[in-house]
Order: sequence, then structure tokens, then C-alpha cells
Amino acid sequence: MRSQSCFRIVIPTLIVALMLHMWPLPEWLEYLRPEWVVLVLMYWALAMPEQIGVTVAFIVGLLLDVTQGAILGQHAVGLVLVIFVINTQYQRIRVFSLAQQALVVLLLLLIKSVLVLWVSGMVGQAPDIDLYFLPALSGAILWPWLFIVLRDLRRRFTVARSF
Amino acid sequence: MQPLFLQGPSVTLRTILLVIASVIVMVADHRWHALETVRGALESYVVYPIRYTINLPSRLVVWGDESLSSHQQLLDDNRKLQQQQLRAQVSLQKLSVLEKENDRLRKMLSAQPKVGELVLVAEILAIDLDPYKQQVILNKGSNKDVYIGQPIIDAWGVMGQVVHMGGFSSTVLLISDPSHAIPVQVSRSGLRSTAFGTGNSQLLELRYIPHNADLEIGDVITTSGLGGRFPPNYPVGRITSIERAAGESFATVVAEPVAHLDRSREVLLVWHKLQVKEVDTDTQTTAVVKGKSQ
Repeated sequence: MRSQSCFRIVIPTLIVALMLHMWPLPEWLEYLRPEWVVLVLMYWALAMPEQIGVTVAFIVGLLLDVTQGAILGQHAVGLVLVIFVINTQYQRIRVFSLAQQALVVLLLLLIKSVLVLWVSGMVGQAPDIDLYFLPALSGAILWPWLFIVLRDLRRRFTVARSF
Repeated sequence: MQPLFLQGPSVTLRTILLVIASVIVMVADHRWHALETVRGALESYVVYPIRYTINLPSRLVVWGDESLSSHQQLLDDNRKLQQQQLRAQVSLQKLSVLEKENDRLRKMLSAQPKVGELVLVAEILAIDLDPYKQQVILNKGSNKDVYIGQPIIDAWGVMGQVVHMGGFSSTVLLISDPSHAIPVQVSRSGLRSTAFGTGNSQLLELRYIPHNADLEIGDVITTSGLGGRFPPNYPVGRITSIERAAGESFATVVAEPVAHLDRSREVLLVWHKLQVKEVDTDTQTTAVVKGKSQ
């Protein structure tokens, strides 16, 4: 498996995830919007940990910062740490059932949200936290479906044989 | 063949290095504003195509709406707009006379004449950003000489200022964002203050106003021009509530923005310092030069 060929499918899915991230939604749904980019990157880090590592996470995180108008590095640091956990624990997470995986995803998304919130707080723009952790929840609920869709895509493009 | 274990120390080391890099990047961006070029490049070459694609459906809807509307409807619209134009023209006539008079009086007082302003119409892209921030994306960027800190107004009042800029788009921080503050003046009494955003697009807060200040509900607040970022005398909001609690050292004053912060689709970029001399004068540039340059 060459590393160039795997990006043939990873990059398009990430672009679609970025689009979903910015897609205009009605206001009440906006607070529920799952973090598509993080979820998709988590899947690929799980599926091919040698190619999708912390460096890719850093770059994608910077892109996320630009699209969100956040401080550069704010989402990057959260994404790097999330992908680091997956990168060191992927063998364990892979054998979990989808429901168990969703719990792990929930935990990781919460960690990332807290990190992003900390940075926002440090620069003096901390938002209300009433609804702040909803995207983590919706992301975890979405994970099993996203997992199946991305797995089928990966099999069709045969980018990673194992798992 | 997939290795059974990833090289352990290298992943940890890389993570530590990248976290440190993130912190450095954050400090450089937030404290020193050193990375605007990096952000601009990412915005124009990676993010803009995606944004453009997302915006396409809503543009298609607008286009379809226009091309499917009936002849009669267009005629009606046209008539209505012509009447409006006529009315606006009449009031402009008066305004131009007043402006000349003002110029003359200023000259007599040997005061500096008013500086001219250039405006350019821009469109807000139908894109969602962080729901916890009051920001919008415009479809004009450095290709139209937009600059960081540039004031944005709509047909009713001041909307915000440009904070980030790419080649073809720019990010605007609205006056209602919690991190935004705008120097204002009460047009009736001349009282100066600063209007802070609250995160709610219908609320601004005027801070540090003493209890005995000459202020009434319904007063219009306008930009004061202090600070030099916003041009003076553009309407910002209207006072909706004043609370003078006895224990507090300052009154709690709340205003409602007059600009349609969450409804406008077309906005105006303002060049008010005229240090940007060569604003391109193509068909899209509506150059309204009020008064003469300095």
C-alpha cells in the first residue's frame, strides 16, 4: 500500500467534511452540528494509522481554524491530541463494537471541545457553555453510521486491506 | 505489510513538538498578528473554493427566482424602484446643497474639510461559521483592495469591520461580537461612549456611563470617529433600556443595533481615509465621493 494512493480517498472525504462543516443550517440546528472534519479524520487515523498521523491532524486543524475564523492553532492543538490518542490506542479501539467506539469518540470529542474552550477563555472570548458540548454528543451518535459509510468507501477504493 | 506496532517514541515526540508548535502559532497569531499572510493564503487557495461551492445553491436559488419571475412582477418592481429612486434623488439634492454650505462654512472657520468616502457593494456568502462568534464572510477580498480593519455598513447602519482577508473573500467581525467594541456618540447630546458587543445580534452594551449622563430611551447613537477606524456620524444603534442601579458606579445602558446584522445580504465596504488611493473604478465600484479630498 503506497501512501499516495490512500490520499486519493482521504482528501475528497475531508473536503466533503469541510463543506458539511460550513453548510448553512437553521439556527437551532447550528448548535447540534457535529464536527465532521474531526470525525472523518478520526476514522482515517483508525483505519490507517501509519499514513494519517498527528502531522496530518495539525495541518487539517489549521485549515479548520481558518474556516472558523478562530485563532490559528486553536483547533489544531485539539485535533493533534485526539489523533495522538487514536494513534497509540488504535489496536484497542478497532476491536470495540460500534457502540463502544461511539463512547470513545464521545470522550475524545469532549476533550477536544474542552481544549478549544480553554483557548477561547484564555484570550477572553469564552462562549456560553450551555450548548457547547452538544456537537460532541451528536458526533458520537453519528459515529456508527459514518463508520459504516467510510468503511465501505475505503473497501471500494481498497486503500487499506487490514481492518 | 503493516507493522504490528507504530514506532512509539516517535509518535509521542511528534505530538509534543506539534503541540508546542500549535502554542507558538496561537501566540504568534493572537498576540503579534504575525500570521495574517498564512491565513490569507490558506483562505484564498484552499478554503475559498470550498466556500464558493457551498454558496452556489443559494446563488442558484436567487438566480432562478429572478429568471422565473413574471414580466408583470418585474414591471411592478421597476416602477416601485423608480419611484424610490426619484424620492432619494430629491432628498439628495437637498443634501448636496447642505454639503456645499457645510463646506463653505468650514472653510470660513478654516477648519479641515470633510474627507471623502468610497464605498463598494459586497455580498455576504451563505456560509455558517462558529455559532458562538458573530462573523460573516464577504465575497470581496484583497482583489478589491479590502484592508484589515475596514468598516462595513449596510443600508441602515454600521455592521462591523474586516478582521481577516483572503484573495477573494474577507471575514467580518460584527459589532455584536463579544470581542468587539466601537466608539460611539449619542447624536442628541454628544455624549461619548463605547458600544460593546454581547454575542446577541440584537444587543449592544454601552459601558462606563455615569448615572447623571444625559441619555434617554430612543436616543440614536452614531459612530464618533474616535480611534480612526470607523468614519464619524454613521448610525450604530438606538438606546432601548437604561438602568440606574443605586449600588453600581455606572448605569447599565443597552442599545439595539440599527443595522440588520442577521438579515442583510448586501453590505457596503467603506474606504474613509482615502489613503487607499487607487480603488479600482470598474463597473462594480460605486464611487460615491462626498466632499473633496483633503
